[in-house]
Amino acid sequence: MIELQQVTKSYRRRGTGRRGGEVHALRGIDLTIRDEEMFGIVGESGSGKSSLLRLINHLEAPTSGRVLVDGVDLAQLSPRARRAQRRRIGMVFQQFNLLANKTAFDNVALPLRLQRRRERERVMQMLDFVNMADRAHQHPSLLSGGEKQRVAIARALVTDPGILLCDEPTSALDDHHTEEVMDILGQVRRELRTTIVLVSHELDVVKASCDRAAVLERGRLTAVTDVVAPPPRQAFSSYAERAQRYLA
Amino acid sequence: MSGQEAAGQGVLGRLDELGASLSAYRGEMLQSIAETGVMLGNSLLAAVLLGLPMGTWMYLSRKNGPQPRTGVYALLNGYVNVVRSVPFLLFVVALIPFTRWMLGTSFGTTAASVPLAFVAVALYARWVEQTLLDVPRQTVELADSLGASTLQLVTRFLYPEARSGLVLSLTTVTISMVSYSTIMGVVGGGGVGDFAIRYGYQTYEYEVMYATILIMIVVVMAIQGLGTWTSRRIDRRLR
Ligand SMILES: Nc1ncnc2c1ncn2[C@@H]1O[C@H](COP(=O)(O)OP(=O)(O)OP(=O)(O)O)[C@@H](O)[C@H]1O
Ligand SMILES: [Mg+2]
Repeated sequence: MIELQQVTKSYRRRGTGRRGGEVHALRGIDLTIRDEEMFGIVGESGSGKSSLLRLINHLEAPTSGRVLVDGVDLAQLSPRARRAQRRRIGMVFQQFNLLANKTAFDNVALPLRLQRRRERERVMQMLDFVNMADRAHQHPSLLSGGEKQRVAIARALVTDPGILLCDEPTSALDDHHTEEVMDILGQVRRELRTTIVLVSHELDVVKASCDRAAVLERGRLTAVTDVVAPPPRQAFSSYAERAQRYLA
Repeated sequence: MSGQEAAGQGVLGRLDELGASLSAYRGEMLQSIAETGVMLGNSLLAAVLLGLPMGTWMYLSRKNGPQPRTGVYALLNGYVNVVRSVPFLLFVVALIPFTRWMLGTSFGTTAASVPLAFVAVALYARWVEQTLLDVPRQTVELADSLGASTLQLVTRFLYPEARSGLVLSLTTVTISMVSYSTIMGVVGGGGVGDFAIRYGYQTYEYEVMYATILIMIVVVMAIQGLGTWTSRRIDRRLR
């Protein structure tokens, strides 16, 4: 369970001038995200979505208030204990953040290597899970955006975290690859029972996959709603097919 | 005899002369190449062993770096700026007491490596800092999210991603050191530059001097070629 209690986050704006000073990215946030749910966070650009997500694994410290993950406040831990705790929370990024000089395999193996673990089987199993086993030994520059994101998801899950944080995971992708990635996230949730927090400005994506969603506006939580799933969408096997059907 | 033939013979004659004087000096020439090799080797070793960690530390401790420490940064940055701004010849002379204290002598090829090492460390540290700054911010963000320690950030994220830049900048430092090493004759360091100056400037044997310069150009081109080739081979970013 993830709990945010009266959380605010402000940044010090760089430089001086008439707009110098504080930026209030989040104000007075109270929010609980349940285990095994898929939780959406929507809001326009600059509304504080990424800030909220980054508070959960403590990439950012809250300015005030508390963030509890399974009852543990990461702010109270020593840096070392906090790093250990962070390894139990996976993260997926808009720009994939794969290391360009490492193969898909080595990228997925990286979180294990940080813990001095060398488990080839586990790495291949995860690559297989995201349907990338046959591309294991290619470098990211040869992969499409959707393929890169799938490798990144395998990397985030290889240490079997209980929580997966996704910051705009499909915003750099076209519709077809978006569906591919969202299908994988759905599969993660069903088969691995991972709690997923999904930040997105694409309402369709959130509507099609999340159980509940929070709406942010200029740093404030304006609503938390149950999501009503849309009618099941048609499955298309390729972008071309989808485009043709959609346009015709 | 036509003018052209005379000119031809002139050139050939001079080439013969050149060959003769070069073979006469071959022993000394090889000796001075070896001396340059020792000076380059020592200073590059220092660049890698000290300059690389120093530049990395500068990257980490700078104001918006992963581990800001203003004092540390000011100190390292100060070293780099001071060493790079003192004219090299003055620096060599100013360092004589230090070298004597450290090695017991301030004369000879090993002693000449000391000021060169100081400069190589400063140059490479700056290059390393700049090269690491080119690593995308997302890479650091990823390391953080995976709970990497600072050491792991450096060895598992930054160096692998920056490796081709690190090789290229070491190449540049090497070439600068070839140039710096030419004046080490002033403290008895010898080397190719000293050889060229002794014969070209002091005894007017210009052929020897030009031949030496030619050799140095070839050496520099070879170093650059090797550096570029290596950095391309280990760069998987585009392709
Ligand atoms: N490190 C930072 N330093 C200063 N200001 C920041 C920093 N990070 C975010 N902000 C500011 O905080 C506010 C919220 O940013 P945040 O990135 O959380 O928004 P977002 O909803 O994720 O936006 P987007 O959809 O563009 O990604 C913005 O005004 C932003 O400029
Ligand atoms: Mg964002």
